[in-house]
Amino acid sequence: MAGRKKFRINKVSRASEALFHVIVGGFALICIIPFVFIIIIAFTGAESLRTIGYSFFPAEVTMVNFNAAFELGDQLWRSFYNSIFITFIGTFLSLLIAIMYAYGLYRTGYPLKKFFTILMFFTMLFGGGLVPFVIVIRNLLNLGDTIWAMIVPMLMAPFNVIILRTFYKTCIPESLLDAANIDGCGEFRTLFSIVVPLAKPGIATIGLLTAIGFWNDWWHALLFVRDRSLIPLQFLLMEMQRNMEFIRRNITMIGAENINFADLPTQGLRMALAVIIVVPIAFAYPFFQRYIISGMTIGAVKE
Amino acid sequence: MIVTEGVEGLFMQPLTLNSKRSARFKKTIAITVMMLPGAIWLLVIRYLPMIGVVMAFQNHRPYVPNPGFWGNIINSPFVGLRNFQFIFFGDRAWNMIFNTIAYNAFFIVLTTVLGVALAILITEIGSKFFAKLYQTLMFFPFFISWVVASYFVFAFLEPTFGLLAHVREWYMDPTGWPVILTSAHLWKTLGYTCIVYVAAIAGIDQGMYEAAAIDGASKWKQVWHITIPTIKPMIIILNILAVGRIIMADFGLFWNVTMDSGPLQRATEVFDTYVYRVMISNVAGAMDFATAAGLFQSIIGFICIMGANAIVRKINPENSLF
Repeated sequence: MAGRKKFRINKVSRASEALFHVIVGGFALICIIPFVFIIIIAFTGAESLRTIGYSFFPAEVTMVNFNAAFELGDQLWRSFYNSIFITFIGTFLSLLIAIMYAYGLYRTGYPLKKFFTILMFFTMLFGGGLVPFVIVIRNLLNLGDTIWAMIVPMLMAPFNVIILRTFYKTCIPESLLDAANIDGCGEFRTLFSIVVPLAKPGIATIGLLTAIGFWNDWWHALLFVRDRSLIPLQFLLMEMQRNMEFIRRNITMIGAENINFADLPTQGLRMALAVIIVVPIAFAYPFFQRYIISGMTIGAVKE
Repeated sequence: MIVTEGVEGLFMQPLTLNSKRSARFKKTIAITVMMLPGAIWLLVIRYLPMIGVVMAFQNHRPYVPNPGFWGNIINSPFVGLRNFQFIFFGDRAWNMIFNTIAYNAFFIVLTTVLGVALAILITEIGSKFFAKLYQTLMFFPFFISWVVASYFVFAFLEPTFGLLAHVREWYMDPTGWPVILTSAHLWKTLGYTCIVYVAAIAGIDQGMYEAAAIDGASKWKQVWHITIPTIKPMIIILNILAVGRIIMADFGLFWNVTMDSGPLQRATEVFDTYVYRVMISNVAGAMDFATAAGLFQSIIGFICIMGANAIVRKINPENSLF
């Protein structure tokens, strides 16, 4: 008990600490309440919606919305498959690029280090803007309406390369690599059999950030994809909502009799879809956030 | 015979200057090969569009004999600064420029003040379990896309069932949207910023606080004279980056959370949504106007980040970004 008491030296009073709990805890709750709320809405029955609207305490709990979501059938599975394909291939390729590019920026005695550093850094300060980018992807590379239009634009993130470079620097002694060189180990083998295993936590960090970036992307689908068999989940969700809003806003112009309400996705169905999208992240989240925090704090060190 | 000789010669060779040089050359080649995928990506995806900005000064049109990226650029006539007239035309452009800067200014101030404050409060919470739990919860929105986040907002503002539906027709009335968008932005990014600061504070030597406490410094004084000065470089770097992006807007926030609702545009139109809207419009020369607007944005952004960095470097070179 004496030890305990000693620990309270230079601590705030219990009352202030309680207040801190309220403030910080309050904000933490605000951060997840919307998610909890849409889960509840997704489980709310149509009858309860009609009578009391969205509520944290629905009168009726059902699985109907989720069943309906899975009955979307083809489109849902196609989009699900697209999202997974984009995320896996995209993450794999961008990790490969980042691992190699960061290696060159880290290795001493590499004469072109400065050139490649500037080549990358300048793009963080200046860009050509949206239209030339769209034209390059669509007209020069001809990637419009292909799944690659949603992968190629995100293959490299300069910020992630910097994180990884810093990680190499802090965690791998260069003398180790020179020793490997003297033993006749080429640069490729040095990178993939010495550096990569040692930098696993750093690679995991940027890998997760990249994967989440790909999973959450709808922007490149909005820009480049019209073919419905190629759209990812995020875009499907966005489009459903947009269409509903458009109809609602213009209902007097279109005329209610021209709309087949039975065909429209219900509120609950769309909320269920939103939940389905977040679930993979929500489940993996507690495991990976520790990695990301540690990776970020190492990577954030300024040179 | 010659081949064998060559190989033997290679093994027999003592470590002369020459062989050292060839080893270094081999190393350079190998590493350059590793850089190629990234370098090619940067050149094509980042640098080619920078060449494409000449469109901003052109009446850009497909070159019929050989349409394509280069053909169109080389063969389209130049029109000087005509495409930049959008800046001086009407309030729409000025309104969206004002919105962009005003929103970002709010975001920068609030994120910094609240982020640092929350970080300090978290580090004062004695229970490690709760401190970790709070961080875990507040980091969560960072991983949610704006599409899903817009559903979260929608659940509150939706006109028939939403929790706040009775207040007003939210998606038809610009009143209140600056507050909603600022809250949404803080909701998504504050946790991340806070955790970066928590990490910076965790790196401070505890001995300093103990020494200060023994000398009779109150908690307030310790925060003011130890915590803030120590994390100042981190605060400055994050803010240089943010100021450098003051003319850039988060498209997802302003496009998805507002549901791209027309009646809200006066309060919610920002640079990135404006450029996109011009680009997809069917007006003749829309692409050129959008390119001009995008170039204008990039140049202002470049000036802002160089300016912010130069000012910081003048005051204290150690805190500058580059």
